[in-house]
Parts: sequence; C-alpha cells; structure tokens
Amino acid sequence: MVSTNKSYVTTPEDLVTEAVLRAKDVNVYYGSNLAVRDVSLDIPYNQVVAFIGPSGCGKSTILRCFNRMNDLVASARVQGKITFHGQDLYGSGVDPVEMRRRIGMVFQKPNPFPKSIYDNVAFGARINGYTGDLDELVEDSLRKSALWDEVKDKLKDSGLALSGGQQQRLCIARAIAISPEVILMDEPCSALDPISTLKVEELIHELKQQYTIVIVTHNMQQASRVSDLTAFYNAEATETGGKVGYLVEYNRTEVIFQNPTQEATQAYVSGRFG
Amino acid sequence: MTTQTPLTDAKSSDFQVNLSGRYKIDTIFAIATWSAIAISILVLVTLLLSVLIEGFPRLSWSFLTNFPSRKPEEAGLLSALAGTIWMMVTITAIAFPLGVGAGIYLEEFAKDSWLGRVIEININNLAGVPSIIYGLLGLQVFVRFMEPLTGGRSIISGALTLALLILPIIIVSTRESLRAIPDSLRQAGFALGATEWQVISRQVLPIAFPGILTGTILALSRAIGETAPLITIGALTFISFLPENLQSPFTVLPIQVYNWVSRPQQEFHVNSAAGIIVLMVVLLMMNGTAVLLRNKFQKQRG
Repeated sequence: MVSTNKSYVTTPEDLVTEAVLRAKDVNVYYGSNLAVRDVSLDIPYNQVVAFIGPSGCGKSTILRCFNRMNDLVASARVQGKITFHGQDLYGSGVDPVEMRRRIGMVFQKPNPFPKSIYDNVAFGARINGYTGDLDELVEDSLRKSALWDEVKDKLKDSGLALSGGQQQRLCIARAIAISPEVILMDEPCSALDPISTLKVEELIHELKQQYTIVIVTHNMQQASRVSDLTAFYNAEATETGGKVGYLVEYNRTEVIFQNPTQEATQAYVSGRFG
Repeated sequence: MTTQTPLTDAKSSDFQVNLSGRYKIDTIFAIATWSAIAISILVLVTLLLSVLIEGFPRLSWSFLTNFPSRKPEEAGLLSALAGTIWMMVTITAIAFPLGVGAGIYLEEFAKDSWLGRVIEININNLAGVPSIIYGLLGLQVFVRFMEPLTGGRSIISGALTLALLILPIIIVSTRESLRAIPDSLRQAGFALGATEWQVISRQVLPIAFPGILTGTILALSRAIGETAPLITIGALTFISFLPENLQSPFTVLPIQVYNWVSRPQQEFHVNSAAGIIVLMVVLLMMNGTAVLLRNKFQKQRG
C-alpha cells in the first residue's frame, strides 16, 4: 500500500524566526531502508519541544540527527537539511565534536561513567579545555540539576553508586556542565520510578529558562506537563514489509492535546492506539 | 497451612507432571558435569604430584645458580632461567604494544569492510596455527634473512618469533575486552564533545585495561612454555654463560628441560623434573601478577 500521506506541519508562525534548530525535508536511511521521511520542523529558542508517537515512528532517530549521533552508526544516512542557527549541521563548516558541545544529550538509560561523581561532571569540561574553576563548575552544574544537596558530601564516590534517578540527574549535570545551548533528551525518564520522574520533570521546567530542550517521550502526560510544543510522529507500513516514520502534526502542546487537526493525533493522544 | 484450591479450572489430568523423573535428570546432569571437572583435576594433580615427588628433592640454591654441566649433580639452570627472563621482557616489549594497538584499531577505528573481515578471519586463523610453523618462519626471516640485525640464533630472533606466535591471542583478547564495554559509555563521551581518541583513552581503555592485561599475561605464559619454535630457530641447549644483549645466543627453561629429559641417565631426568617445577613457579608467578594487577585496576575505577 502506497501512502500519499503528506506530513502536516505547522510550526507556529510567531516562533519560526527564533528557531535554534531547523529540519527541512529530512529523510533518514539505515542502509537502504528509509526509516523516517519528510520531516520538517523548527525547534524554537528556549522552548521545550516534546516528540511523541508509537514505537518505531522515528522520533529518536530524528533527535539523534540534531547532534549527529547517527554519524556513529555506519549504515545511517541523513538526507535533507538540518540547520543550527542557520548553519548547515551536516555541512563542511560544522565540526561534529565542537557542535556536540553546544548540543548536549541525555540518554534513555542513565549512563554515568564508572568514575567519581566529580569526575563525571568535570569530564566534558576537561576534554573541551575549560579554563575556569572546575570545582565551581561542578558545584554549579550539580545545583542546576537539583542533585547538589544529595551528593555534596560524597563527590568522590562512584557515580554508579547513585540511584537510577540520581544517575539520570548526574547525566543532566554532566550535560549542562559544558554550557550547551540545546539539550536533547531521549526518553530520559523511561527507566525511572515515578518520584524520580517527577524530579526530572521539575528539573526540565527549571532548565527551560536557560536551555532549549527537545525531549522524546512515550509518556503523553509527561509531554503535556513539560513541553511547550509537541510533535506527533507516526509510522506506516511500506510495501517491503518495513516501517517508515513521519511527522504527522506539530503544534503548541495544548493544541496537540486538546484540538489536533489530524485524526491520527486525536486517536493517539486520547489513548485509542499506540 | 491453608487448603490448596485449584487456581484455574484447567484439569490436573491435562498435565503429566512426572516430578521424580525430571529431578532424576537434574541429578544425572549434575553428576556428569561433576565427573568432567573431577577427571580434569585428577589428571592435573597426578601430573603435579609425580613431578613434585621426583623433582622436589633436587631443588636447591645451587640448582638455580649453576650453569649446565655434564655431571647431573652439578648441573643447574641459571642460563635457562636468565634466558627465560630475557625472553619474557623482550616479548612483552614487542607483542604488547603491537597486539593492543592492532586490537584497538580493529575494534574502535576500523570501518566494517570487506578488508576488515578478511583480516579478522586471518587473525583468528593465525591463533590456531601450530607453533612449529612460526619457528620455520622465524628461522627463515629473523635468523637467516635479518641476521645482520638480529645476530642469527639470538634472543631477539627468538623473541620476535614468539611475539608473532602470541600476537593473535593478544589482539583477540584486546578486542574482546573492548567489545565488553557498553556502547552507551562511548555515546556518552561523544555526546559531551569528546573526540574518538578522548573517548578511547579516557573512558574505554581504563575499563578494558584489566581484561587486556589478563589476556596479555596469559599469552605470555604460553610463550614462556613454548619449545618447538625455539628449537626450530636453533636455540642452543648447552650454554654456560649469561646473555649479554639481545643478540646473544640463549636457551630457555623448556629447552633445558627437553634437553635433560632426552638424556639416558636417570639423574638428568630428576633434573628435568626439578626444572619443570621451576618453570611452573615462574608461570604461577606471572599468572599471580595478572590477577593482582587486574584487581588493582578494577578497584581503581570503582
């Protein structure tokens, strides 16, 4: 069955001019398989954007295009254009290492380094040649990630000795220690219990003041709680039996959840499928 | 005690539980695996005991500090022990950087390509090549062809030959240690703006190092026990002086043992049993070092 579904995209007009990241007609292939097609959207400055949708719809894949983590997958290929402050992210003018310092990432499963809490936070600063006071930076980052009070007396302890929720906040501290402009979060709460989830969500609210955040989540309540804008992705079957993801609808979160224009969005957010 | 009520309405006649039969198979399997380990330990213990009983009385300080002699009671293995230590150090200096370097390249840098797969298959095959083949290679290349550099039948020729022999083992164990590091750690490093070398040197290698070290020392133990390739390249069996440099002729413990055991006199057989004990102590010390180092590094990253 060939679908003629064209992605329906509305980046809210008044926000377009402030876009930090902008994807235009992005297709992502793994080998010869098209994984996501025709994604165009803008990530506006200092907003929280949530990516929701059923499994396999390509939301994580698109997220990983924004800091070129897909470069590490040999078979992955990105078509179309992604810009960061108007500069082509995949062009020759952008160095992926420098760019990843400015676009941080928090992963699905907390992945602190098997080092001390201090060294975890300091790692990014050290490798990027930070010249300021490292102690101050570590404290500041841990405070911003609401972890300082819990760990200030055991900075020399292993990051792995923390609970799952604390580990994830440590990973957030580690990400903000190198002063990124954007933080990409790939289902940051899916491995956490509800209380830890709540803490991370509160943290996202705090971080919004300073950072642009893109968060992939399976939890629709979470999307409605933390985000300003929501992009709904869906997947459709291809003739070859595979699945290809596409962007269905992108709008202010309240519009997506209360008054979406697409039937599929309505069905998904009301829990009728997915 | 509560009375048991059926949980579902599935009839118990639908199941043939046969618990006693299933437990019996458990027992049979446990006995079979236990016998397997018992047989292997028994063989090892018999071997150790017979060597210890025969050779232990012969062990003395003079046995360690005497040069080989025609008289069995005066013969010692000083030159063989010194040769083994020279070999060990030289082999490590050659094989460790080469093997670990190649392992890191293949695992972390090399793209998955046709050539890469060919190299991988070849390395695995090389690990299984009989050691005498390496001896023939060493004889031709290091002893004859490179004689001006190596000095012929010298320590460096032997060390290069044995280094080649254990290189595939070091490469494979390095790759396995690296592969055991979860990718999420590498991704975390890259996402913080680290370069490939920063991720490898600061995150991946420190964790993989104990495993790499263990693999290397086990490979070295194998090299120290090798006889055939060294006889092939013509290591001498009677040496009454200590090696002075890498181009000196040499002998090593297993060759000395082989030499003694092939003599007709019973007294020399006792010498060879004692030599085996010394060789085993050297190997045990190496393996012990491997365990100690591994524990030390594992604690460090705690």
